[in-house]
Amino acid sequence: MTLLNFEMKRNRIALAVWTAAIALLLTICLLIFPDMKDQVNELNTAFSSMGGFTEAFGMDRLNFGELMGFYGLECGNILGIGGAFFAAYLGITSLADEEKNHTAEYLFTHPVSRRRIVFEKLVRILLQIIILNAVCILTALIVTAAIGEEFQMKEFLLLHLAYFLLQAEIGAVCFCISAFLRRSGIGIGLGIAAILYFLNIIANITEDAKWLKYITPFGYAEAADIITDVRIDPVLAAIGCTVTLAGIAVAFFHYCRKDIY
Amino acid sequence: MDIITTEHLTKSYGKKRGIIDLNLAVKEGEFYGFIGPNGAGKSTTIRTLLGLMRPTSGSVSIMNIDVYVNKRKVLANIGYIPSEAMFYSGVTVSEILNLSARLRRQDCREESRRLCERLQLDPGQKADELSLGNRKKVSIVCALQHCPKLYIFDEPTSGLDPLIQKEFFEILRERRTSGATIFLSSHILSEVQRYCSRAAVIREGRLIACGDIAELARTNARRITLTLAEDCASLLRLLRGPVGQTDGHQNSEPEKYNLKGIRDLKGEGNTVSFLYQGDMKELIQFLTQISLTNITITEPDLNEIFMHFYE
Repeated sequence: MTLLNFEMKRNRIALAVWTAAIALLLTICLLIFPDMKDQVNELNTAFSSMGGFTEAFGMDRLNFGELMGFYGLECGNILGIGGAFFAAYLGITSLADEEKNHTAEYLFTHPVSRRRIVFEKLVRILLQIIILNAVCILTALIVTAAIGEEFQMKEFLLLHLAYFLLQAEIGAVCFCISAFLRRSGIGIGLGIAAILYFLNIIANITEDAKWLKYITPFGYAEAADIITDVRIDPVLAAIGCTVTLAGIAVAFFHYCRKDIY
Repeated sequence: MDIITTEHLTKSYGKKRGIIDLNLAVKEGEFYGFIGPNGAGKSTTIRTLLGLMRPTSGSVSIMNIDVYVNKRKVLANIGYIPSEAMFYSGVTVSEILNLSARLRRQDCREESRRLCERLQLDPGQKADELSLGNRKKVSIVCALQHCPKLYIFDEPTSGLDPLIQKEFFEILRERRTSGATIFLSSHILSEVQRYCSRAAVIREGRLIACGDIAELARTNARRITLTLAEDCASLLRLLRGPVGQTDGHQNSEPEKYNLKGIRDLKGEGNTVSFLYQGDMKELIQFLTQISLTNITITEPDLNEIFMHFYE
C-alpha cells in the first residue's frame, strides 16, 4: 500500500479543506435549528406554498420543525452536493492526472503492476470519501448533542449510507472516465455531478420525468423518501451499485491495457 | 548475451507512424547510443521497451524476458530517466526518492544520499520549486539508487550544467565497470561519440544505421574552410550552381567541374565552409581558379557526419 500511503499524505490538505467546509456548513445549519424550530408554523406554511420548488426539494413531505426533517432538507443538500462534487473531483483526477502532469513515466516504470496502481488509487478515493462522511456524521452528532436535540438514528444512518453510495457511484463513474482521459477532466467531473443533481430535481417536479430517478444517484439519496419510508429504495440503490461496480471494472480493464504517454 | 532485443517491433498510432519493423540488439555491458531527429521514434521505442506502450506487432525482450509477460521482473532491473522529468506537487525530493525506493521494495537510503551529494541535490527541496536541471537530477537518483542491471536514458543530460554532466557520466562509467548496460537516447552526438561503444540511428520510425561508433563515424568526408580575398557571395553562387549543389546532398549537374559531394555549404563575409566527399584532385583543381588567402581541411566531428541522418 505504498502508493496509497503516499497519495493519502499528498492529498491530505485537499481532503481537510473539503471536509472542514462541509462540516462547518453542517454545524452552522444545525446551530440555527433551535431558532428555526420556534418559527416552524410560518416556515412550513412558506415552504408548502412554493409551488414546484416545494416538491423539487421534497419540502412537501418533510417537517421543518423536526430535527430529522430539517437535517434531511438543509444538511442533506449540503452533504449531497458537496460530497458529490468532492467524489467527482477525486475520481476524475485520479488516473488522468498522471498523464496530464507527466508523472506517469515516473510511476509506471516502477516494478508495480498497473492493476495494483489502479487498485490503490481506487482505495484512496473510497478512503477519502469514508473519512469525509465519518467526520460529517461525527460533527452532526456532536452539534446535535450540543443543542440538546437527538436524531432518529435509523433514518440518520440510512441517509448517510445513501450519501456514501451516491458519492461512491459518482466517484466510480468519474474514475472510469478518468481512465480514458489524458488531460484534465475536472470540468467533466464537476459537470456530471451537477447534471445528476439537477436530473433529480426535474424528476421531483414532474411526474413524466420520474424515470430520471433510475439514472441519477440523487434519486435513491432523496432525504424525503428515506425519512418518510425509513428505507433506501432497493431498486434504485441496486442500479446505483451496479453502475459503481461497472465503472470500476471498465476503469481497470481499460487502464491496464492503455498506452501511457 | 543480448540484454535488449526487439524483433520486427512496430508501433503505430492509428494511421500515424510510430516505429516500423525495428530490430535492435543491445549486448550486456554495452554503452549503447540511440540517436535520431525529433519525432523519429526514439521515445516511442523507449516507452515500448518499458512496457508503457503495447507494440502493434513484433516483440520486445529484456534480459530474455518478454516485457509483456513479466513486466514487473523486467522493470525491477531497469533504471529509467525520461526526457521530461516531472514529479508530484506538494512533496519534497526526499519523498519522491523514498516513494521510488519503496515501490521497488528496496532500502536505497545510503545510495540515494551518496548520489544526492555527488549531484549536489538537496533532498529537502519542494518538487514544485525544482528547476529543469534539478528535476533531471531527481530523475537520475531515482534511476540509479537501486543499482539496476540496465539503464535506459532518454535525453538524460538536458538541463544539467557541464560539471554535473561530467559527474553523471563518471557515475555511469563506474556502473558500467561493475557490469551494467546503458542504453542512451541523445541528441548530443559528441556525448554519444565520447561514451558509447555502439549506436543505432533511427529516422522516420525506421532503423537506418546500426553498429560500432567508430564504423558509423568512419568517413572520407572532410570539412573544407576557405578564406577568400573578397566577399564569398560569388563563390557561394558558383558552388550552389552548376559546380556545387543546392540540396545539401549531392552535386546534381556539374558542368565545368565535376565537383560532386558538397554538402552543408555555409558562407559568411569572406569565409566559405562545406563538407566535401568527392575527388580531392578535382577540388584542388577547382580551387586554383579562386583567389584564396587561406584554406583548412579538417576531419568532421560526429555531429557533422551524422547531420545527413537528420536531413
